[in-house]
Amino acid sequence: MTLLQDTLLVALILTSFGMLVSGRLGAYIRMGALQGVMIGLLPLVVGRATPTLHVVFVAAAMIGLKGLVFPYLLFRALRESDTKREMNPFVGHVPSVFFGILALLGSFWMDARLGFPIHSSAALVIPVAFTTIMIGLFLIVTRRTALSQVIGFLVLENGIYAFGLAIVYEVPILLELGVLMDVFVAVFVMGIAIYHINREFDHIDIDRLNTLRG
Amino acid sequence: MNFLVASLCMFFAGGLACLATTGRPHLTRWVGSSVALIGGALALVPTCMVLGGRVLTGLHLHWSMPFGSIALDMDALSAVFSTPILIIVMLAAVYGTEYLRPFEGKKNLAQSWFFYNLLAGSMLLVVVARNGMLFLLAWEIMSLASFFLVTFENEEESVREAGWIYLVATHIGTAFLLVLFVLLGRDNSTLDFSSFAASPGFAGIAFLLALVGFGTKAGFMPMHVWLPEAHPAAPSHVSAVMSGVMIKTGIYGLVRILTFLGSPPPWWGWLLVSVGAISGILGVLFALAQHDLKRLLAYHSVENMGIITMGLGIGLLGMSYQSPVVAFLGFAGSFLHVMNHALFKSLLFLSAGSVIHGSGTRDIDHMGGLLKRMPVTGLVFLLGSVAICGLPPLNGFVSEFMIYLGSLTSVAGNMRLPIAGIVAALVVAGSLALIGGLAVACFTKAFGIMFLGEARSTHAAHVHESGLAMRLPMAVLAAACIIIGVSGPFWMQLLGPAIAVATGVATDTQIYPTFAAHALWMMTLLAVAGIGLVGLLTFVRSRLLSARSVTREPTWDCGYASSTPRMQYTASSFAEPVTRMFNVFLRTRRRFSAPTTYFPTSSSFSTETRDLFHESLFRPAFTMTHRFLSRIHWLQHGRLNLYILSMIAALLVLLVWKLG
Repeated sequence: MTLLQDTLLVALILTSFGMLVSGRLGAYIRMGALQGVMIGLLPLVVGRATPTLHVVFVAAAMIGLKGLVFPYLLFRALRESDTKREMNPFVGHVPSVFFGILALLGSFWMDARLGFPIHSSAALVIPVAFTTIMIGLFLIVTRRTALSQVIGFLVLENGIYAFGLAIVYEVPILLELGVLMDVFVAVFVMGIAIYHINREFDHIDIDRLNTLRG
Repeated sequence: MNFLVASLCMFFAGGLACLATTGRPHLTRWVGSSVALIGGALALVPTCMVLGGRVLTGLHLHWSMPFGSIALDMDALSAVFSTPILIIVMLAAVYGTEYLRPFEGKKNLAQSWFFYNLLAGSMLLVVVARNGMLFLLAWEIMSLASFFLVTFENEEESVREAGWIYLVATHIGTAFLLVLFVLLGRDNSTLDFSSFAASPGFAGIAFLLALVGFGTKAGFMPMHVWLPEAHPAAPSHVSAVMSGVMIKTGIYGLVRILTFLGSPPPWWGWLLVSVGAISGILGVLFALAQHDLKRLLAYHSVENMGIITMGLGIGLLGMSYQSPVVAFLGFAGSFLHVMNHALFKSLLFLSAGSVIHGSGTRDIDHMGGLLKRMPVTGLVFLLGSVAICGLPPLNGFVSEFMIYLGSLTSVAGNMRLPIAGIVAALVVAGSLALIGGLAVACFTKAFGIMFLGEARSTHAAHVHESGLAMRLPMAVLAAACIIIGVSGPFWMQLLGPAIAVATGVATDTQIYPTFAAHALWMMTLLAVAGIGLVGLLTFVRSRLLSARSVTREPTWDCGYASSTPRMQYTASSFAEPVTRMFNVFLRTRRRFSAPTTYFPTSSSFSTETRDLFHESLFRPAFTMTHRFLSRIHWLQHGRLNLYILSMIAALLVLLVWKLG
């Protein structure tokens, strides 16, 4: 089980790094979807031998939403908003990867300093979760279009979810569904907002929204 | 108490019901006004019971709000303030049904009625709340509801501006109140009024906080700046409620807080007398210089709040110098003036609304000769004017007479007041006399220019009398003014329990000034005799004229040929001698382009009197604040990424700092 879990965690980090370097919006969304699937699989392998029915159910819902529904919505928004497919971020790809590495190191340091009382089998989950959270925030800050910010938000949420998974083994199903629901609504609202920004300004570049300030 | 709770529920739930009628103006009108009427009638039951001497048991329920509890009680002091609130709310609601009719279909009236009932309920809650949290909540609801009512015609720039000024002013006041309540409840885990007690060192600070916080709502100078802006902007029935009763909640709050602060040192009384004298004199002076009818009335509210405050000041001085008679008369005059001002100021605002409704302008200089076309409105405006000037036999006289008596009694020998108290009393008497005189000048101007002479514009030429729903509330208020005017001693007796609450003495040991009651009886007799005489003369006149032919002719124009109505006195020319005398405060700006050459083509003259404090205190202060704050305006650059970045950076720094 540990091997499977570690492979999954490494893959999770790799997808995050993949998002840091992806130059095209399409690849970016696909990478996000892949990460969604992995985060969905995570509860099946973390810390226990046989997953219970409700964990399987949550995992399925997670994979369905983050792996299929969100990418579909985002691709549709991409199509309808007629955005340039190139990312053209504020911070280039190489510095982004450097940030990723720094974030990884920082996360291990923080994990050591914080010393969470968790089962040793899930020890790696915490730093990976921190890394994902930080990369998600980084993506929100440095990527140009509103669409890529939505994905950054999803990455952030993935990290929080992984963190919660490591801390609390038995998350009540209602709570998990609540979180999922939150994200779903958020993506939905952002989708609508993107549509309106696009209609109003003919683009969804957020750095040009500063004309709105008072 | 059940009636009170039912009434509060009626106002708040009924207000929501108004919202549900959006899009059906006819239904909105009925629901909105009947909610106000039923709610008001329900709450009048306990109010009248308390005024009649019954003692009600308060309500105290647990509330999950920290420091909060749902504590309601109606004592004599609350009853004195809730009576005018309920009566004016009910009458203004009837008036509003017709006043708002031209807006039906154009504006969302459901919203207006929702806020109206919210305002009514929150005002009632303010005077019956017995917990600081509940009080502040009701206070804020009151402020916000009235803000939305003021900005009813928000498509106009000036109305939005007035709304902002009001919102800023009221929140500055609330900030002081917040500090005040925290100070008072500091030693306990609750903000219940019953547990409030200021430690001696803090009483002075608490008093000052209350004076500024409540004074902003009550419109004491120099915190009055929102009144002349907000009252003209609001619809007239809302102005009547706001000016008539809402600003009185400031007085209520001040008196209520004073009951927690123990026996007052003399400087409190002094301060109140000075604030009252300044508000009164400057208020009426600025009123004199206005052309805008509702702005004029708003300044008169400042003036009357000054009179009320002087009464409170005399009352406090009486308490400080252990002179219960002076204290009684001061508080009695103050409380009765609260009721009276509610009646005649609402009457004046409602009749002003009737004029504006008919003529479509607020500028006095565009009116003239309205009395012929609006006899009822003109008559009630005249009655209201006499009342606000403090002339017998109307109600304004009775309350001002009590304050006069209070101040003159403290001067009269056997009260053994120190010299400072005597000076304060003389200041009050002198200011009251000056205010009365200037008020007469001001209302002579207002009534004369508006209702007498000939129409100065086409607006005034085509006015029409308002309908029954508008005339009836005005008639009721005018009748109430006359009734209080001829029943002075009765009211002094009725106010006894409320004064006992305010001065903190037991009702049975209270000293009732019988000599004042005698004087008031005398005045009543004279008033009735005067009214009888006028009635008799009117009767004789109509008998004499009945046999002769009566014709109507134009006003005599002194024999000048081809004079036009525009040659009549204007409001500013009428007031000019007085305003010139006080120009040091008023700073009236004149714009005058004189006729030149022998055949002048065009010339013009106009005056404008801006508010002294608004122009030379608040505007510079806010400009300076703005200049200071604009230095950090670069932080608002509009780049979302950088906003998020700064938040993340702050979080990370905190995290690393905590861990490292």
